[in-house]
Amino acid sequence: MILFEVKNLVKHFGGLAAVNNVSFQVEKGEIFGLIGPNGSGKTTIFNCISSYFPVTGGNIYFKDQKITGMKTNKICKIGIGRTFQVVKPLGRLSVLDNVIAAAFSKVQTKHEARDVAMETMEFCGLLHRKDVIARSLPIGERKRLEITRAMATRPELLLLDETAAGLNPTELEGAIDLIKRIRDKGITIIIVEHIMKVIMTISDRIHAINFGQTIAEGVPKEVSNNKAVIEAYLGEDYAQG
Amino acid sequence: MEVFLQTLVAGILKGGLYGLIGLGMSLIMGVMGIINLAHGQLMMVAMYITFVLSHYLGIDPYLSLFVSMPALFLLGVVIQKYTLNPLMEVDSILPENQVLMTVGIGMVLTEIARFIFTSDYKSVRTSYSDATFFLGEISFSIALVIAFFIAIGFTLFMFWFLLKTDIGRSIRATAQDKDAALLMGVNSKRITVITFGLGSALVAAAGTVLMPVYYLFPDIGGPFTRKAFVITILGGLGSTVGAIFGGLTLGLAEAFGATYIGMAYDDMIGLLIFILVLLFLPGGFKRLTKI
Amino acid sequence: MKKFMPLILLIILIIFPLVYQNAYYQHLMILVFIWVAIGSGWNMIAGFTGQVSFGDAAFFGTGAYTAGLLAHHFGISAWWGMAFGGIMAMAVAFPFGWICFRLRGAYFALASLALNEVCRHIATIAEPLTQGMVGILIMPTFVSKIPYYYIALALAVVSVISVQFIMQTKWGYYFLSIREDQDAAESLGIDTHRYKMVSLNIAAFLTGMAGALFMNYMGFIDPEVVFSLHDISIMAILVGIVGGVGTIYGPAVGAFVMVAVHEFFRTGFFGFFKGLAVLTGSDFLNIAAKYISHAHVLGFGILVVLVILYLPNGIVGDWNKLVGKLVPFKKKEAAT
Repeated sequence: MILFEVKNLVKHFGGLAAVNNVSFQVEKGEIFGLIGPNGSGKTTIFNCISSYFPVTGGNIYFKDQKITGMKTNKICKIGIGRTFQVVKPLGRLSVLDNVIAAAFSKVQTKHEARDVAMETMEFCGLLHRKDVIARSLPIGERKRLEITRAMATRPELLLLDETAAGLNPTELEGAIDLIKRIRDKGITIIIVEHIMKVIMTISDRIHAINFGQTIAEGVPKEVSNNKAVIEAYLGEDYAQG
Repeated sequence: MEVFLQTLVAGILKGGLYGLIGLGMSLIMGVMGIINLAHGQLMMVAMYITFVLSHYLGIDPYLSLFVSMPALFLLGVVIQKYTLNPLMEVDSILPENQVLMTVGIGMVLTEIARFIFTSDYKSVRTSYSDATFFLGEISFSIALVIAFFIAIGFTLFMFWFLLKTDIGRSIRATAQDKDAALLMGVNSKRITVITFGLGSALVAAAGTVLMPVYYLFPDIGGPFTRKAFVITILGGLGSTVGAIFGGLTLGLAEAFGATYIGMAYDDMIGLLIFILVLLFLPGGFKRLTKI
Repeated sequence: MKKFMPLILLIILIIFPLVYQNAYYQHLMILVFIWVAIGSGWNMIAGFTGQVSFGDAAFFGTGAYTAGLLAHHFGISAWWGMAFGGIMAMAVAFPFGWICFRLRGAYFALASLALNEVCRHIATIAEPLTQGMVGILIMPTFVSKIPYYYIALALAVVSVISVQFIMQTKWGYYFLSIREDQDAAESLGIDTHRYKMVSLNIAAFLTGMAGALFMNYMGFIDPEVVFSLHDISIMAILVGIVGGVGTIYGPAVGAFVMVAVHEFFRTGFFGFFKGLAVLTGSDFLNIAAKYISHAHVLGFGILVVLVILYLPNGIVGDWNKLVGKLVPFKKKEAAT
């Protein structure tokens, strides 16, 4: 079953095409990887999906409903959660309050929101840090807070933007484990990632773009053997690990 | 038709001065990202300097530019260095604490002026204050024409300065991207200090050349601060070219408003423009021209 | 103990006018209470939601004029203005916020400043309605200050409690999220435009009520008084920042301090300079006393500068830092 679809997405900045006619479909329950070299338009696609800026052309569908141009907060309400590449914690609030604020998107009372928050923090392994002020968290835990917060909005589809970047090996293992557990809950995931090890191990399918255009799509093995992909991107990075 | 042309001329002359006022504010806005709500008050200080020089020492207002501009440059430097720059390190919940600081500084300047000069109206009367010449049926106030050309002169000089000198380039770089400029070796603190000084000196020039045809009292700063921010917003926050167009627009709007609607609405017109811009042209003229 | 402090304070405030029947201090306390309400409103939109308003006088004045005009034109008791004043202030806040919150950054702060000026101009120009600069005069309801005292106290308590309550609910969390990071807030399903509007309207309502009470209490208003940039809008900011931005009790502390400072200047350091002038017979001191009594705006300006520089989180927010600075010995003892 197709949960999510991007059709002929185009985004211009001034005269520059950051995303040019990209289309893909995401099945319910899969982990869908989006790869491409720096500046190839991955984050732009995320920002188009969550409507941070209007698209120039094309359409986006979620559960057969057209969501192009829907307000950002509405996108979250209908079940698409996201994290930011450059983390955006609610700095002066505690971790718990960060997650409670997110939990309110599906529940109304403080009591319920707190329950949802505690449950989500436990699931994401951040419970022991609940009283820490968000901006004093180290980068690894800030990234985890991003995921926790997005999870507290009870999404059906989760957009992860470079959640593994900047993590040390132990944290990386933890992140991979968490993403898998999220998938096991039945939540569909689209992940943008730079670290090949992560994306190749966890993705069910991968969509590769370069200069805002699709160059390949398929299971990890196919994509990693695709000539265009190797040329554009993997050639250097995959070799380095 | 005659009235129309006369109004047009008055508006353009006024607009040139407003452009100069707006230019200083836009520079500060561009580099520091803050609206300087003490801008009119700085102008007021320059006007008092001009008044004192003329009244007690008999120095011609135009000559006093050589005193008022450096003095205000220094005042601007001191304000930036000792009150605004330290705020960069202060952690505050309020994002607008620098703007708030300028409000406080404006209040202090106004009240000190009141302390020294009382609330009485002052003016500088020169031989050319009321002199006019005619082109056809249209009368030109000589002092306003001189003020206009001095304003244009300073504006052109500023553009040359921003485009051709090292400091000017650093200022533009800082305005575009603070972090990148920092990486390129621009001392951003020094640049903010210089920018605030320049902005203050520019508005000082406007105040000084306005003195022969205007009157002065401590509270004159407030209305001019409001005009300055209307100009800045009209021009697009931080755009120097936009500030010139913003100034001309406000000057013309005020002139036509005064002629065809009524003098009492002078101040309202600026605010009305402000609201219209917010509604229909957020981003000001910069949006239209991409300057 | 700390938990009961507000309650103890409240009891003291309730018995204060009964025990100490001094009209002057009752008057000052009424002003403090009015400022608690205004400060709580300002703190709601600026301190908790992060949208700094420079134009609280627009709401205050609207409230005051609503009460005054109802009494003046229709002979309705100005007390009705307490309810209508808040609602009218919201009627001003609604279209204003709807327009200005579509833009980010300094726009709101500047627009609120402009709103302040627009309201003052309208009140001045619309003479048939407002009597312009002549102002509105109504007959006070009570001769004694005590009824006003309790009404003002009630308003202050209601303001503080309602802010405290709201900050515990979804709205409160949403306000804080908007203050901390607007993009993050949107991604968490928060309609930032809508909740800024909610916050602004709460602020406007509290401020409008305070304005209406001011009308009732003072019996006279004119555009320069209630739409004053310095005496209302800037004072509201000062109450907020001196007390502590984004704290529940900050506005209460700030209101007390600021009314005291205002009075301090108005009376020439509580008559200190005047007394000194009489004592020494010095003309200079006499003139100085006269100046100082008019210098409260200068005092406010200096206070703005100092507070932002050295006490950015206010008395409540920086309490620990403040105590540490004032009592350096205590700290040293604790360290050894």
